[in-house]
Amino acid sequence: MANSFMSQWVYTDTVKEHFMNPRNLWQDGEDFEADGIGEVGSLACGDQMRVGIKVVDGKIQDLRWLTYGCASAIASTSMMSEMAIGMTLEEAYHLTPTMIMDELGGLPEHKFHCSVLGDKALRAAIDDYLEKQGMPNPYKNKVAKVMCECKNVTDVQIEELVKAGKVHSFEELQELTGVSTVCGKCKNKIKEELEELLHIYSK
Amino acid sequence: MRNVYLDNNATTPMAKEVIELIQDNVELYGNASSMHRSGRDADTAVEWAREQVASLLNCDKKGIVFTSGASEANNFVFLTFRDLIDEGYKRNRIITTTIEHPCIEETSQYLISRGYKVDFLSVDRTGKISLKELEEKLGDDVALVSIMTGNNEVGTIEPIKEACALAHKAGALFHTDATQAIGKIEVDVKDWDVDYVSMSAHKFYGPKGVGALYHRPGVPLRPLIHGGHQESGFRAGTYNTLAIAGMGEAARLAKLNLKEEAEYLWKLREKLRKGIEERIPNVVINGHPTDCLPGTLDVSFPCAEGESILLYLDMEGIQVSTGSACATGSLEPSYVLLACGVDVEIAHGSIRFSLGRENTEEDIDYVLEKLPPIIKRVRMMSTRKEQNNG
Ligand code: FES
Repeated sequence: MANSFMSQWVYTDTVKEHFMNPRNLWQDGEDFEADGIGEVGSLACGDQMRVGIKVVDGKIQDLRWLTYGCASAIASTSMMSEMAIGMTLEEAYHLTPTMIMDELGGLPEHKFHCSVLGDKALRAAIDDYLEKQGMPNPYKNKVAKVMCECKNVTDVQIEELVKAGKVHSFEELQELTGVSTVCGKCKNKIKEELEELLHIYSK
Repeated sequence: MRNVYLDNNATTPMAKEVIELIQDNVELYGNASSMHRSGRDADTAVEWAREQVASLLNCDKKGIVFTSGASEANNFVFLTFRDLIDEGYKRNRIITTTIEHPCIEETSQYLISRGYKVDFLSVDRTGKISLKELEEKLGDDVALVSIMTGNNEVGTIEPIKEACALAHKAGALFHTDATQAIGKIEVDVKDWDVDYVSMSAHKFYGPKGVGALYHRPGVPLRPLIHGGHQESGFRAGTYNTLAIAGMGEAARLAKLNLKEEAEYLWKLREKLRKGIEERIPNVVINGHPTDCLPGTLDVSFPCAEGESILLYLDMEGIQVSTGSACATGSLEPSYVLLACGVDVEIAHGSIRFSLGRENTEEDIDYVLEKLPPIIKRVRMMSTRKEQNNG
């Protein structure tokens, strides 16, 4: 059939390539003894991710992952795995969704949270590793960003509250932490962040 | 690579005959409202098309109003009732369902946000409404009942004739959005006794951007677009002559082949369904097992996410759609499946195959060859595989 309008694929070539050939996938029956495992996401949002890491001399020597998710979730996690292997735990902890997205050549805006998940799962795996080793976690608070200056509340604190099931709404968060009760300029930013977190951790 | 288009509920390719008719008449430039010859030629095309559409629906051609499509036709009806209620009509409640197309769902929400009363009928696991619930919800304050003929996503066919009779008994008027049903099953306005019917040409091999609203002559209808005498003053705007003529030809063809085509599509659909159930473990067929649009098959693959399946199929030249949230950019999966009481995860893993007259047995064989390894692959990548005993 005649057609003078040829389309591009929905995502970038790099996304497509990783989607078609995902790297470091956790194969069925594979003998991969993870030193730390992190899992984030929920089925309610149609995304769930699991990351396992092997740590040697403070570096991520190897990594495996699984995801229940869409093409950009698969590609983001695959890309994240390539970036993370060989990194020190500290470097890996500082990986951001934006770094992953940049390597992928970009994702549509509504797909941003797919790359957020990959990087959160990686951090959860590092947390798990440190906890299992009985080691302190020096990174967690370092990556924390202050969300509400007046009340000195960080994104990590908010995330912990959501994860623990203590916060289900902005009002609950305000009650517990007092965010946005002073100057109020942080309100929109926090609401956005909270929505994302509730989405990711809702069961 | 083979191209297998299985998204005919989204849109259909124009029939060869429709393309030819449009091409042959591309120089028909007259304004169908003019009295001179080129105007009369255009008008003849429009009126010919009106007859074809009326004949397909078995209705009075005076009741056909051409629109830009079904979304417009549906808005036409709902906004007519808004106006009626504003004018102090004695009845002020609308009843519809939870599985209507967004152009009714969202119009309803819009009306609700402005203080109008709209009630929703629930559906069971197969997507069917309950006539009992309709009876209970009906009352002498109900102005309009609107129930779709066949659902675009799961294909379930609703008991329109019976529902319409109940509405009439309670003194309400009845509308059905028959967009997905027309050209696939018999839609008989006289037999069903419905007051309004919406349709869209591109769902039955006609052009895009054209559709129609049937209204029983005499029932309320308020102009949607003001500023012209076209369509008895209900819908101003110069006639899109070629599109309307194309719709007429599509209607003529649909009437000609309705029975054979429905049988053919159901045969292919059942071949696909059985093949999937035989070859892939742990699948869920959504919708009604028999009261279903003949070409529609909605299947969920637990532990596999729909957008990934869709895109892997696309790589093989197979084009389908999904109820997964990921594919739409929203966070919620298909509201139709959720309304049927389908689990969120099952909804995220749903794939809709919608067959059309151009599909062949070989197409189905091709899908049955390509689909199982894709599902296996997506499930293998999935964090959910523990739950999957397949
Ligand atoms: S920055 Fe949060 S209240 Fe001022």
